[in-house]
Amino acid sequence: MADDLETNVGQQFDRLPATDADRTVEGRASREAVLEYFEDRFGIPPETFEEHTFWEKGAGKIWIYGGESPSPAEIEALGMTCLRTRQDHWKPTTDFVQRFGRHATRCVVDLSDAEATRFAAGEDQSLEWDGDWGYLIAAHDVDGDREPIGVGLYLHDELRSMIPKGRRRSL
Amino acid sequence: MEPLERYRPIVDDFEAFRAACERPLGIAVRVNTIKASVERAIATLEHDGIAYEQAAWNPRVLRLETDSPGSTWASFHGFVHTQEEVSAVPPVVLDPEPGETVFDACAAPGGKATQLAALMADRGTVVANDSNLGRLSALRFNAERLGATSLAVTHQDARNFSFAPLAVDQFDHALVDAPCSCEGTIRKNPTTLEDWSEDHVHSVAGIQKGILRRAVQATCTGGTVVYSTCTFAPEENEAVVQHVLDAEDCRVVDVDLDPNLEYAPGVTEWNDETYDSSLERALRIYPHHNDTGGFFVAKLEVGA
Repeated sequence: MADDLETNVGQQFDRLPATDADRTVEGRASREAVLEYFEDRFGIPPETFEEHTFWEKGAGKIWIYGGESPSPAEIEALGMTCLRTRQDHWKPTTDFVQRFGRHATRCVVDLSDAEATRFAAGEDQSLEWDGDWGYLIAAHDVDGDREPIGVGLYLHDELRSMIPKGRRRSL
Repeated sequence: MEPLERYRPIVDDFEAFRAACERPLGIAVRVNTIKASVERAIATLEHDGIAYEQAAWNPRVLRLETDSPGSTWASFHGFVHTQEEVSAVPPVVLDPEPGETVFDACAAPGGKATQLAALMADRGTVVANDSNLGRLSALRFNAERLGATSLAVTHQDARNFSFAPLAVDQFDHALVDAPCSCEGTIRKNPTTLEDWSEDHVHSVAGIQKGILRRAVQATCTGGTVVYSTCTFAPEENEAVVQHVLDAEDCRVVDVDLDPNLEYAPGVTEWNDETYDSSLERALRIYPHHNDTGGFFVAKLEVGA
């Protein structure tokens, strides 16, 4: 029953429940749902995160942590932010995609050198893409291997760069 | 530059030391092995058209021929982190293992905390603490860009650090890279010594003693604590370690480093004071030794 559930405490890290049925905080994503999202959307195998735990601090801001699990704590940061969940479409972070996006097999748009440079500078660009619309992983070739650059939003034949202002670079 | 004159009695080849302090410092980066191998980082720099040279003492440290190391794909991807070459020494001296719990008492802006995480293969916990909120945001920015998932970031005065918000109650290791008078950074910032005073040296030494004592107390028996500064003043270096040797159960141990890194031993006499002979095991890295900035590093074992 939703009205039995507690509300999120914004200043505190709380571990995600294993499944939606284990949820004690209203609207909180479960570990299962997060792993399903990464697998369904990007083809990232759930095993990738076997040694990581997921936490919420701030409404819908999900953090991925690779260390020993502390109890819920009022600290500044725990691992890195990885996902925004309390909006219509979940959105991974640039830093998460750079770290774990190489495991992705779906919804990855491969950019040319020139396109990659524009993307890193935060520019939107017209682009052909015959896959799903929405949040994609933009990648380019580095020394013969695909390397994720960040998150793009593909809508109406346009790829919008979601690189945060502080991370944009003229390369 | 005048305050450096006081070190004439303890610095070997003082004229070479003075001359090195007047030369500007080159750009160095550390390969972030959380995201890329040394080979991949180098291949990316080559693609960027940037010439590099590996540091003789550490293949993960690269000297670059560029004025803007941040405007490279290698940096954008978080394959490399711009960091003064010698500031990569303390985490190597600490030598943590994957899965351990490490306290970085003065962690911002995060170069050493993320290096510790990389040395631990991003497994375990680095409690990255700093008392300055503005600098903590720089730490968090760097940690996320470098893809570290094993950092727990806390905002406390390290002198009375409390475990209350954490699950751990003891650390395997601690790094105290203490706030200092920064004399060793003169090559990077030529105005460093403009506000130098002996009073400032003594006041910062008091803070350093408080932080190092708390770090030793927070570390388990048999654990290691590395104390480092980027300054030459014995008041902030050997005297601080001496204070903690007297006050806590710990001892100075030998440092095992690549022989290509040149350094002088810690001093045991300064002005009217003498320090324990074990302080010779500490490292004094001077700018003319390896063409870097200056650093002091001491390794302590707790409760042995």
